[in-house]
Amino acid sequence: MLNPALPQRDPAARSRLLLTLIALALLWPGLSLSELDLGVLIDGSNAQTMGVFLSGFWPPAHGAEFLFLLGRATLETLAIATAGMAMALALAVPCALLATRSLSISAVSRGGRPRPWAQAVRWPVRGLLIILRSVPEIVWALLFVRAVGLGPTAGVLAIAITYAGMLGKVYAEIFESVDPLPTRALIGAGGSRLQAFAYGVLPQATGEMLSYTVYRWECAIRASVVMGFVGAGGLGQQMDLSIRMFAGGEVASMLLTFLLLVLLADLFSQLLRRRFV
Amino acid sequence: MKPLARYALPLLLVLAVVASFAYLQLEASALLSREGVGQMARYAAAFFSPDLSAPHLRAIAYGALETLAMSAIGTLLAAALGLLLALPAAGRFGLIAKAISRLLLNALRAIPELVWAALMVLAAGLGPNAGTLALALHTAGVLGRLFAEALENTPSEPSEALRLAGSGRVGAFCYGTLPTLWPQLVAYTLYRWENNIRMASVLGFVGAGGLGQMLYMSLSLFQEAQASTIILAMLLMVLTVDALSGWARQRWVRS
Amino acid sequence: MSLSGVSYRHANGHVALRNVDLQIAKGERVALIGPSGAGKTTLLRLLATHLQPSTGAFELLGCQPWALSVGARQKLRSRIGLIHQAPPLPARQRVITAVLAGRLGQWSLGHSLLSLIHPLDKQGATEMLGKLDLADKLYERCDQLSGGQLQRVGIARALYQNPTLMLADEPVSAMDPVLAAYSLSVLSREAANSQATLVASLHSVKLALEHFPRVIAVRDGQILFDKASSTVTSNELDTLYANDQLDAFAPFEPTPGQSLHIPRC
Repeated sequence: MLNPALPQRDPAARSRLLLTLIALALLWPGLSLSELDLGVLIDGSNAQTMGVFLSGFWPPAHGAEFLFLLGRATLETLAIATAGMAMALALAVPCALLATRSLSISAVSRGGRPRPWAQAVRWPVRGLLIILRSVPEIVWALLFVRAVGLGPTAGVLAIAITYAGMLGKVYAEIFESVDPLPTRALIGAGGSRLQAFAYGVLPQATGEMLSYTVYRWECAIRASVVMGFVGAGGLGQQMDLSIRMFAGGEVASMLLTFLLLVLLADLFSQLLRRRFV
Repeated sequence: MKPLARYALPLLLVLAVVASFAYLQLEASALLSREGVGQMARYAAAFFSPDLSAPHLRAIAYGALETLAMSAIGTLLAAALGLLLALPAAGRFGLIAKAISRLLLNALRAIPELVWAALMVLAAGLGPNAGTLALALHTAGVLGRLFAEALENTPSEPSEALRLAGSGRVGAFCYGTLPTLWPQLVAYTLYRWENNIRMASVLGFVGAGGLGQMLYMSLSLFQEAQASTIILAMLLMVLTVDALSGWARQRWVRS
Repeated sequence: MSLSGVSYRHANGHVALRNVDLQIAKGERVALIGPSGAGKTTLLRLLATHLQPSTGAFELLGCQPWALSVGARQKLRSRIGLIHQAPPLPARQRVITAVLAGRLGQWSLGHSLLSLIHPLDKQGATEMLGKLDLADKLYERCDQLSGGQLQRVGIARALYQNPTLMLADEPVSAMDPVLAAYSLSVLSREAANSQATLVASLHSVKLALEHFPRVIAVRDGQILFDKASSTVTSNELDTLYANDQLDAFAPFEPTPGQSLHIPRC
């Protein structure tokens, strides 16, 4: 009953060896291009500069005038995120409607897959959405700062454009992931696409859409702060100024405020999402 | 009372949006005025004739490789550091270690990459090193938390059994826990790489090297033609990395 | 090894073993039989030094395991092989790596890590698996095996470890009778060849009496009898497996086939 066993070749050996070789081959140029040097973290003179900088963090600035400025900057950041998301929504919904396959009339008779030309017509919109979300929002912010000047307008526009891309793509996918039968039935019975959308897709999709939007709003708050570094207003712009002036106490206060803001936004978004879903 | 409660929340949201626009005093009239639009159109038009000369393309190619290296090495470092911190954060070394490591991970990920980059430029000087370190530190926080959660959900019987058969701790972990954990580690790391390639492109704005630094300089010098080529290159890189990461996840992370 | 006056109490207060006295010489082959919940698994885990006795003296392989330092105890454990009823094998691990893990206690760290990526001792693993008729499954993943095959991989791992003391907790419970008898005979033969001591707990009294010269019966945490297999009477077996809570007369060979909990990711 015993089989005479000869050790067979390990089927995984070849691919593992190949992977290891490729990884090693890419590691060397990678390390040299990125100029990685972990030593700077523990270097003596650098440590001293960092130490001086960090020691300025205590105590965090808490003068009345400064706190007033801080409060206004925080509100500005919140406003940038909210206004930006509102504009992004306004842009994203039409794009999602155009891009989604769930409202395709030709798909009704083909079991859910639109005709080739109908698919092709949707590509430009999908392509646009991809481009909008693939360029980092801070690049848009930089461009808008150059175009419309320093201040929150640039931030709002940057968020509006990038997040329109993100929201649009995800909305289109949500529309395609809900049960298609009601929609197809409505289209098949002669309803217009918008009607089919409103009565067939929207009731099922609202929960997920709102949940994702609130999650993105939270990301938008963080993005607004980051964009402030290139002049798009809010907490980030103030932080950039304080860092340049080596005002450690102010930077510390602003970092703390930022952490608090992110935490509160996280809690708020969890609350909202639980209510919607 | 009920209809009021049902409409209260959406109403509040709409109010919040309106209030935001009002607070920012977005001069819609100024934006959409003839001169405003004209100004933006002129600015935008300058971008539609990208500079495709050979020396500029060479510089971009080098910058792109630098950015790619920053994102890849940074993500790799972050995965290693994240795994190291995930072990205590999952409770493997007791409650105190768990609390401390969780605190550290939260601190690392709460600070945005750009702020880390600004701090690293201070510590390490201008150049891609600062960017790589910044990405590594921030992403370590993100990955560490994800790894810790994955680790907590992995059954510990296999590694315990090995440990009780005389194996060392590292061996027991590698043969007992790692096989189950590995696909999740790879998936999360690849997913973060997609995000990091976008961030790596822009860390240069604070002097951390890569395409970002080139873009910042071009825009500051009002060289829109050069800037548009750089933006195109960024776009191409992001799309490539997204595709690569998606393919890798499909191939190796089959559950 | 020897136990005297050993008791074990679980964390929840349940006393699993009461005043157990036991002597097993080197090279002996002993079977543990008894009803479910009698404390066989606890006894085996205690012998494997996984559990510390609450009271009593415990001596193993010439030393007192719980008087040793942690490092020395780990070395001791690498000489003891425990075969689990439900082998704790990661689902996505390949059989060859699972078997090779048996010698982790004896290998250096570098060797272990290298073997993880590229198995270094294919020959050894194939040999062990071949003894249990599983050599063709060398590169399969553990989640592609049946319960009986997984148990055989567990046995192969213990054999590969080449321990001085082999403890088996229901090692053949998921196998059909023919395969179970075959695997047990392989286990006994290997133990005899390497002069290792073998203690196995078994559901099936028939298998226990056929393959092991000495039988220890455990009931309610105490040893009921400890004698040579040839002298066991059916009266003693009836007393052992008597169950007041069952209406019908319980047969003295309880049916095997407990559901196996295979760890899944």
